[in-house]
Amino acid sequence: MSTHHISITVNGKTHEADVESRLLLVHFLRENLNMTGTHIGCDTTSCGACTIRLNGTPVKSCTVLAVQADGMEVKTVEGLVENGALHPIQEGFHEKHGLQCGFCTPGMMMTSSALLERNPHPTEDEIRHAISGNLCRCTGYMNIVKAVQYAADKMAEKVEA
Amino acid sequence: MIPPSFDYVAPKTLSDAVAALGGNENAKILAGGQSLIPLMRFRLAGPTLLVDLNRVESLSYIEEKNGWLRIGAMTRQSTVEFSDIINAKYSLLADTVKVLSDPVVRNRGTVGGNVANADPINDQPATMLAYGAEVVAVGPKGERVIPITSFYIDLYQSALARDEILTEVRVPASKPRTGGAYLKLERKVGDYATAAVAAQVELDASDNFVSIGIGLTNVGLTALKATAAEDFLKGKAASDENIKEAAKLAAAAAQPIADVRGSEEYKRSLVKTYTVRALRMAVQRAKGG
Amino acid sequence: MTEIHGLGSPRKRVEDARFIRGQGNYIDDMKLPGMLHLDIVRSPYAHAKIKKIHTEKALATPGVLAVIDGPTLQKYNVHNMPTLMSDTQMVLPIDTVKYQYQEVAGVLATDRYTAADGVAAVEVDYEPLPVVVDPFKALEPGATKVRDDKESNHIWHWEWGDKEKTNKDFESAEVTVKENIYIPRIHVSSIETCGCVAKWDATNAHLTLWMTTQAPHAIRTVVALITGHLGLSEEKIRVISPDLGGGFGGKVPAYPGYVIAVAASIVTGAPVKWIEDRTENLAADSFGRDYHITAELAGTKDGTLTSLRFKTIADHGYTDAAAQPSKFPAGMFHICTGSYDFKSAFVEVDGVYTNKAPGGIAYRCSFRVTEAVHAIERMTDVFAQKIGMDAAEIRMKNFIQPEAFPYTSALGWEYDSGNYPLALRKAMDMAGYEELRKEQKEKRSRGEFMGIGISSFTEIVGAGPSKHFDILGLKMFGSCEIRVHPTGKAIARFGTKSQGQGHETTYAQIIAEELGIPADHIKVEEGDTDTAPYGLGTYASRSTPVDGASAAVASRKIREKAKKIAAHLLEANEDDLEWERGRFFVKGSPDQGKTIQEIAFAAYTNHPQGMEGGLEAVSYYDPPNLTYPFGSYICVVDIDRGTGKVNIRRFIAVDDCGVRINPMIVDGQIHGGLTMGFAPAMMEEISYDENGNIHGANFMDYLLPTAVETPKWELGETVTPSPHHPIGAKAIGESATVGAPAAFVNAVVDALSHLGVTTIDIPMTPRKVWELMHKHGATLEE
Repeated sequence: MSTHHISITVNGKTHEADVESRLLLVHFLRENLNMTGTHIGCDTTSCGACTIRLNGTPVKSCTVLAVQADGMEVKTVEGLVENGALHPIQEGFHEKHGLQCGFCTPGMMMTSSALLERNPHPTEDEIRHAISGNLCRCTGYMNIVKAVQYAADKMAEKVEA
Repeated sequence: MIPPSFDYVAPKTLSDAVAALGGNENAKILAGGQSLIPLMRFRLAGPTLLVDLNRVESLSYIEEKNGWLRIGAMTRQSTVEFSDIINAKYSLLADTVKVLSDPVVRNRGTVGGNVANADPINDQPATMLAYGAEVVAVGPKGERVIPITSFYIDLYQSALARDEILTEVRVPASKPRTGGAYLKLERKVGDYATAAVAAQVELDASDNFVSIGIGLTNVGLTALKATAAEDFLKGKAASDENIKEAAKLAAAAAQPIADVRGSEEYKRSLVKTYTVRALRMAVQRAKGG
Repeated sequence: MTEIHGLGSPRKRVEDARFIRGQGNYIDDMKLPGMLHLDIVRSPYAHAKIKKIHTEKALATPGVLAVIDGPTLQKYNVHNMPTLMSDTQMVLPIDTVKYQYQEVAGVLATDRYTAADGVAAVEVDYEPLPVVVDPFKALEPGATKVRDDKESNHIWHWEWGDKEKTNKDFESAEVTVKENIYIPRIHVSSIETCGCVAKWDATNAHLTLWMTTQAPHAIRTVVALITGHLGLSEEKIRVISPDLGGGFGGKVPAYPGYVIAVAASIVTGAPVKWIEDRTENLAADSFGRDYHITAELAGTKDGTLTSLRFKTIADHGYTDAAAQPSKFPAGMFHICTGSYDFKSAFVEVDGVYTNKAPGGIAYRCSFRVTEAVHAIERMTDVFAQKIGMDAAEIRMKNFIQPEAFPYTSALGWEYDSGNYPLALRKAMDMAGYEELRKEQKEKRSRGEFMGIGISSFTEIVGAGPSKHFDILGLKMFGSCEIRVHPTGKAIARFGTKSQGQGHETTYAQIIAEELGIPADHIKVEEGDTDTAPYGLGTYASRSTPVDGASAAVASRKIREKAKKIAAHLLEANEDDLEWERGRFFVKGSPDQGKTIQEIAFAAYTNHPQGMEGGLEAVSYYDPPNLTYPFGSYICVVDIDRGTGKVNIRRFIAVDDCGVRINPMIVDGQIHGGLTMGFAPAMMEEISYDENGNIHGANFMDYLLPTAVETPKWELGETVTPSPHHPIGAKAIGESATVGAPAAFVNAVVDALSHLGVTTIDIPMTPRKVWELMHKHGATLEE
């Protein structure tokens, strides 16, 4: 069968569609659902601009078929804001100038927000290691690290509160 | 970079997967997809049917059982990376997974895929050779166990029959006085190895080598086992002098091809240098350091 | 009280709001009703005749609407287009391809998947021709010609300086040094590739072109010129540059894909989208560098540099599609006397055709300045090494001294201001230079290879004064148009186009400083040619020096008028008024004043009779000179003698960009710039084999550094304002990319200098470093 009916929950909302087997998840999000916050930057699964969270786990959505996400939950950058409030990672990127052109930013935030859930107090080297699957051409990563550290502090505050 | 059209099934059981694979000559297994999907996007691979293993239950596990550490083929690399038992007792595998591709790719990539690809450029084949691993294959005729030393035949060619699925990789269960290390020259995170060396050793009470496994990545048409180096060390003292001699033999066993990453001479030199360093680390870890 | 956020404020960015929410508006995000997709068939050969293009299979694919080839475009005379260097570039070939991955045909389809299938279904019969990849061989008599319409592979010869005096000074010099330096081809690789959406409105004969362009107005004019004969007219062409995911010069040129998309839209009447994939981006659009430099310095035994002689072969690919000011085909390469007081200098550059992709401007280099700085900073070390002098000492000895500014170099540039010794001393203090040298000596005695490299660069940016600078004849003035609204808020539009530099945030700060209107109340717009004043765009670090100046000048025009209105409101004489940021007040009676907001309101409700109402101004700023940011970088490395891997232990960067508008953004630009200096120094390269097959056309082969390899930059600053710039600012966007590579190379050579090593070409990959050590018998065999 080369077309399939799929049902994917994206940022809490369930979408149904008939798609070709070969449809990449990133294209399903960008073209079928018009959610263009997730970006495409390369052909070789190298850059990570397409990173989203599949059942919570950061994956490069250009290298996952949409049919593989059938029945699963996807979280994209559009789903970071909760109840009108920015996610600490978004705040961090803004406060610490962690973005310039903004193209790698959604993928960076998806990867780093997952890192902080797994490891709430990462060292600088652990942050750099965790984001080494996401390429940035503008920032030289310095302020991205600061942004993640800011978010870590913010999330720790919330836990304490 | 769009793949050509293909059919797709996502069976829920292993036997359905075997049947689907067997039923189409041009079918391929889809595991993590982190190697296969890019190839298809470049239209360098064009299977007409993908048999997705991601819905098959019970292919993802890490457990020590009956003298083996058993890893289900669909176990994600990141699961291995963050596994307490692997970080505590299987240092060679822990080292390997940390330099395998990048952290996000590791969330999808599987151990089975990396082992089954039979691509010398992948990291885990050499590691499995060093461990003296076994793989479990399931096909229409049932299940069989293949020692890793018989598994790699040629470039992209393993002992798996076209209609067999690799379901498990297992390495001998950790015991005291064992240790391993993996050293890889990558020009950046995500690069394939210019060369890499996997070393796994067991020492006796007098610090002599009881057993040694040395695997070499990306210096041949398959991952290579440095048998002459291993044979040389067996029974000998774990001294730097012996380690260096073994490293010479490992370098001689390498069959590197000159390419953009390096000349034959450079790659051979890397094998020598990394064999020394990896054996030193493995020995130190075996001693409890 | 709303904060003003004028100059010096680390104001948070306005742009962030949409980007952190995934609401950026990049080209590939666009979806218009009825939009079609264009994909491109590309040549596998570097040089070949096209015998036949078989389109039947493609056209038989459901959803494929058309296959466009060169002969089709030729009917409308748009198969070729002029380059920004007045050479000719094929949009689609008639019968011959000149580089691997060259565009051969366009496939138009209903969606991108079908377009890809269409491309795969097109079959082309080629007859391979001999390939030219070595620019030196290309210049030999009898070499295969790359271009059928040219006499030879030699594009142009350019020279500058006093040849006779320089040769004399070399002949009589006590010490001379000479090295061949190859700076390889690299690619900007913005994470967003290039693309466009072309929308032809047949009813009104109007073309809207959304495009990844750093220079929308220039593109509009060029499109009008190319398509004028088809009935398009400049007032009916609208170019919109939306959000850009990085530019770095790579989004300056006009690429064939844009023209094919426009043609396809005109023919079909539907909007047409074209977006490159990464392979196309790396293989076919504008590269940077590819300079073969034979560099010589002359001087005295005690370390005084006196004369400089550089000869360069510039590999341009199959057509000269660089984007240099028309008088300077090698850009500002003659900044190569650098930070030092040379008595004489002579440079020559020869452009050469090869069977490679065209380009040459891009990669954050400001017009061949990176090449120039690389050469001078390397040769200064080479000279120092020859006479046994310390790298910092030779620089201090030869720096143009602070009192000498404005300083005219031996090659004719008038440097505006600088304090080179201060910056280098600061960098040395931050690094602990003297301690590092002690450590190096001690390590060397134990066989450990540690190196310290310095780069004390002078940048040249802000093109440029109309007397000397134009691109395709278009003068490179800056432009800013400001309108102040009745409620005291403002909108400002510019002829530049940010690709991440934060113009929406920083331009407002300039105006805020000048007028006292809080930056938060100033909306900044760029990129729409229908509304923005004409400008030459953003590249070569020109926005702050040129259009930032326009912002200040336009603001001051507004302030002049505001003063008149204030005088009218206060019933005072203009001469009796004083200004403090945000208000005019009567001299001696400070409580008698009017705020800029009150004045703005009066401009629409109570303006003086005889004066026009409103409060706005426009400035087309012709800079009197370029600006000269500078800095000193120090790199510390440790080399693994077993593997050739270079560990960057530390990198200290002291930058001086004059007045810093927003220190947070300045630092961000430096971080990014350093990383784009580090990457070419250590790992980036595009190369070709003897058949013209490219290596480096994807991110597995073309290596961009991750957060793991990228050093942890240590920043410092000095501030030496530009005396001619209205707010004393110089620019920062590209300094670090220009200055950094030589620091890395100098460090590695320094680590190996005791072996007799004097040079190494970038990228300094592990294999290259190992091979160099091996040649000198210095690799460590464990």
